[in-house]
Amino acid sequence: MIYRGEISNGVVGQSVARVDAEAKVLGKGVFVADLFFPRMLYARVIRSSRPHANIKRIQLDAARKTPGVHAILTAEDISGRNEIHVVFNDQPFLAPGRVRYVGEPIAVLAAETSEISEVAAANVKIDYEDLPALFDPVEARWHPKIHLFEKDNIYKHLKVRRGNVEDGFARSDVIIENEYRTPYQEHAYLEPQGMVAVPRPNGLMEVYGSMQCPFYVQEGVATVLALPLSNVRVIQTATGGAFGGKEDVPTLVAVQAAILAQKTGRPVKLIYSRDEDIISMSKRHPGIIRYKSGARKDGTLQAIEVEYILDSGAYSTLSPVVLWRGTVHAGGPYRVPNVKVDSYAVATNKVPSGAFRGFGSPQILFAAESQMDELAQALQIDPAEIREKNLLILGDETITGQKLTSSVGNLEAFQKAIEKSGYFEKKREKRKTHTAVRKGIGLSSVYYGVGLGAGGVYLARAGAYVQILVDGSVQFAVGTTEMGQGMATVLTQIVADELGLPLEAITILETDTSRIPDSGPTVASRATTMSGNALKDACSKLRKPLTQAASDLLGVSGDSILLKGGWAFDPAHSEKKIRMKEVIAECFRRRDNMAAAGFFRSPEVSWDDETGQGNAYVTFAYATNVAEVEVDTETGIVRVVRITAAHDVGKAINPQLVTGQIEGGTVQGMGYTLTEEIVMKNGVVQNPNFSTYIIPTLKEAPKIDPIIVEAPYPNGPNGAKGFAEQPLMGIAPAIANAVADAIGVRIRELPLKPERVWRAIWEKGS
Amino acid sequence: MIDLKFVVNEEKIELKVPGAKRLLDILREDLGLLSVKEGCSKGECGACSVIFNGKVVNSCMVLACQAEGSEITTLEGLSKNGKMEPLQEAFVREGAVQCGFCTPGFIVAARALLNKNPHPTEEEIKDGLSGNLCRCTGYQKIVTAVKVAIEKNDGNSV
Repeated sequence: MIYRGEISNGVVGQSVARVDAEAKVLGKGVFVADLFFPRMLYARVIRSSRPHANIKRIQLDAARKTPGVHAILTAEDISGRNEIHVVFNDQPFLAPGRVRYVGEPIAVLAAETSEISEVAAANVKIDYEDLPALFDPVEARWHPKIHLFEKDNIYKHLKVRRGNVEDGFARSDVIIENEYRTPYQEHAYLEPQGMVAVPRPNGLMEVYGSMQCPFYVQEGVATVLALPLSNVRVIQTATGGAFGGKEDVPTLVAVQAAILAQKTGRPVKLIYSRDEDIISMSKRHPGIIRYKSGARKDGTLQAIEVEYILDSGAYSTLSPVVLWRGTVHAGGPYRVPNVKVDSYAVATNKVPSGAFRGFGSPQILFAAESQMDELAQALQIDPAEIREKNLLILGDETITGQKLTSSVGNLEAFQKAIEKSGYFEKKREKRKTHTAVRKGIGLSSVYYGVGLGAGGVYLARAGAYVQILVDGSVQFAVGTTEMGQGMATVLTQIVADELGLPLEAITILETDTSRIPDSGPTVASRATTMSGNALKDACSKLRKPLTQAASDLLGVSGDSILLKGGWAFDPAHSEKKIRMKEVIAECFRRRDNMAAAGFFRSPEVSWDDETGQGNAYVTFAYATNVAEVEVDTETGIVRVVRITAAHDVGKAINPQLVTGQIEGGTVQGMGYTLTEEIVMKNGVVQNPNFSTYIIPTLKEAPKIDPIIVEAPYPNGPNGAKGFAEQPLMGIAPAIANAVADAIGVRIRELPLKPERVWRAIWEKGS
Repeated sequence: MIDLKFVVNEEKIELKVPGAKRLLDILREDLGLLSVKEGCSKGECGACSVIFNGKVVNSCMVLACQAEGSEITTLEGLSKNGKMEPLQEAFVREGAVQCGFCTPGFIVAARALLNKNPHPTEEEIKDGLSGNLCRCTGYQKIVTAVKVAIEKNDGNSV
């Protein structure tokens, strides 16, 4: 191992090298496509080509007779329940007779090779009877005739009612009302979805694959295959990116492989092609936001009235909770006394929308933060000044009436971003007007509720397991997953410090449902706090025998003993010290229990459905982004030159990993702002590959100045919160505000692609 | 089927494969070189990058019959005796690895670049790696890692 540095003061807070980096740069990371089992078959999914139809007939004979085909299964062949539970239970595993989106799975087949499975799939003939379809959520909501979900096509309606918005607007000196639109965003993780299901003796099923949530996968496999949970073991492989795109949908992939493995008695591998992945897997909800804001002359916010519609697709999946997070974040990180929000997750005949970094907040923050700039402009105040006037500080209440009692780095993040970026100096600079390129600078402030919050309280617990071995090495396991964000490293650092051992002594095991109780999903930036605290619980149990043994061996009271960096010692008497290896050996001699389980349950949260008031999250992270752009007014091309991003993370357990998340999320947010959109025509994805769905390359990446702010969270491990979604969330409005600054025109629809920017300039006639 | 004779990671290889089998599949399935990843199947993401007669190519776009007589290097061929070469060390040190899926392609592409141009400018680094997509890192630490490796590069051509 390299670059572990000197471990004299503990490793939490140090930028130690990732524990999995060496394997990955040597090409030894084991991703699901790298798994091969004897007698393995290859699966393929047969999907609907219609957006809304009844299936009249499925002709499988020709496919069945294709040499090398071992099984073809439809909804009729399901022995358990034909149901993939997410929040509600409306989604089937295989379409039972009615299809509701292009790409919906109808059948699965397994063959000797991938090529044979492709040929066989092409031999399946399906006859459909088309039904009228809905593609626009505004049209779909309350549609009189076409019912996709209950009678109103609304999966969920949420409200926030705080104060009195009529009074608030009456008191306002300016009122700004606009509509904003945001598109589908595709996760574009570099590793496509994949699973390998391996049937074991006695009806056990093992599933390996790319995923964020092994316990969701376990539940889906057990339900559809009619197996007890105890017979389903799910092991996460190295996961090549996820961003929310591997939260709920991998369950579909897993069951597609597992049901064939159960039927054939052979291992089954299913790796999605990129096209298939983009067509059939979840995306960020498109959003339509009507936002009305009122403020006084001095810039203080008086009232907001918001209608927020999420285009949720053919099944509810995660939409109720995506909607909830968006609703709670609707006001931005500000004091707003009077609030009225109505949000709707609406059903349409398109692929179900789902989780994506930010989870319903980037859409509404694009609107909220654009509104702040428009208020500033109307009041002739600088956009930075109007934000500073309204930013939440310690002791304030959020729009859901939650009093912020700790860990509020909002103002500090704002001030540091403004200072580091040279915002005011750059605004004052003379803008050159004789070239076609216009410069602009803009900012956004956001906040992010850490963890599942009141919208996901039933999942808010996590387990851990730590075992010290007789040679002084340690292995540990948690129920959350590493997907590139750095969880494995951060947790290894925490365990090392908790046990007073060097980093090299600690090994994290792969995430395996058979090791740990259900620890919920790896989402909502919760792994550091939830798994970190569960590990602290386990380690505290182990410190008892360790401290006792050290105390006995040193002849010093246990209260005086410190465990640190491989030594047990009395800080007041430097000669009283002993190597941890010896302490551990002594514990084993005493036959102490050197293995411990840990558990952590999230603190209480609350929510009232009628008023949308309550303590929605255990804590919040905060960020301010400053974006500098150059707009070529002849082509409409926006170039982002620099983004300064300051994030309050509570405590940076590993600063290099924190800046890595800031940089990655910022560029992903830039893609969302400038070039990324999934185009649908009659429910059919028009651009399912990387030459037509444009994500940023090295050439477009701006200079990023990440700033770490630490306002410690008392209930987080070493003061840490979670934050890794936040870097994406405020980028769209920061860039949009910078573009408006550059060209003097505001664009309220994403992405700010060249034709849209050019048209805005041309229409303004500058 | 064709008789394919080529050199992979300095080893002479002879295989009987279908003429239209993709080089990506030959490397992964026939030769067990699993570092070469499939990200898009269309030559658009660079995850399958290999050095092919000195140039970086997407192996998903090369057919067996095109590989006859070629010299190919994959990530496995870059580290001698399991010891990391400067690019690999730099990627670890600079935090340029997150999920790791794009990493083999990037390191191979960077090696191809440095073999031809040992002291590229930042623009030349970006051009040389513009065929590789990364969704996790935002690229900044990748560029830094390449710059750090350049300082240690001397005489490390493969």
